[in-house]
Amino acid sequence: MIDHALSFALGATSLALLLNLWRLVHGPSVIDRVLAVDTMVINMIALIIFYGIHEGTPVYFEAALILAMFGFVSTVAFCRFVLRGDIIE
Amino acid sequence: MNLVFEILVAVLIIIGGVFTLIGSWGMVKLPELMSRLHAPTKATTLGVGGALLASMLYFAAFKSHLSLHELLISMFLFLTAPITAHFLAKAHIHRHVDPVRELPRPDGHGWGTFEAPHDAAAEMKAVMDDGPDPAAAEKAHNDDAGRSPR
Repeated sequence: MIDHALSFALGATSLALLLNLWRLVHGPSVIDRVLAVDTMVINMIALIIFYGIHEGTPVYFEAALILAMFGFVSTVAFCRFVLRGDIIE
Repeated sequence: MNLVFEILVAVLIIIGGVFTLIGSWGMVKLPELMSRLHAPTKATTLGVGGALLASMLYFAAFKSHLSLHELLISMFLFLTAPITAHFLAKAHIHRHVDPVRELPRPDGHGWGTFEAPHDAAAEMKAVMDDGPDPAAAEKAHNDDAGRSPR
């Protein structure tokens, strides 16, 4: 049962990533693209966790944690660059 | 007992997948950026939260390996999601919104995000140097009340 649920969830998350990619390519403004990248990072975290359940090893949580941190820092840096034209003043 | 845990984990995994998909679908579907900001928060809280709960339960029940990394990830995401949303909204409002024509005019002061940074330390020092001045203190208090925090 868990296997079926996992294949459904992996499919849904991959589809979500494709939708994010559409917004990233299409999105009218820069902020839309930053939002799309941020959502992509979130969905990648979900994908990595599902894959970790699928493989049955807890090794992937470190990857998910690091990705969460990098996603946050990169989004803040992007926004700051858009706002001020500089990241560290 | 095993079957109960299996059903619970499967339901949590499905909730995670469905909400991740809904978040991205909303981000594609909604008409403008301020409403598009709303949809991925569902993916952050319910989608990733469901996935993390499912993996925590799965490893505790079937691998007899209780790990708290998932809680760390979900806490980090819950802490940082409002900050990123705030930054995105602020960047949008500064780049693409005309504050005079497109925003409602609040009473008294304008929008705090468009005002020059307000040097609280210097004002405090001036008040301290002049000694207690009730009128100035009252004025400073009124200034602060009308200003939204940056």
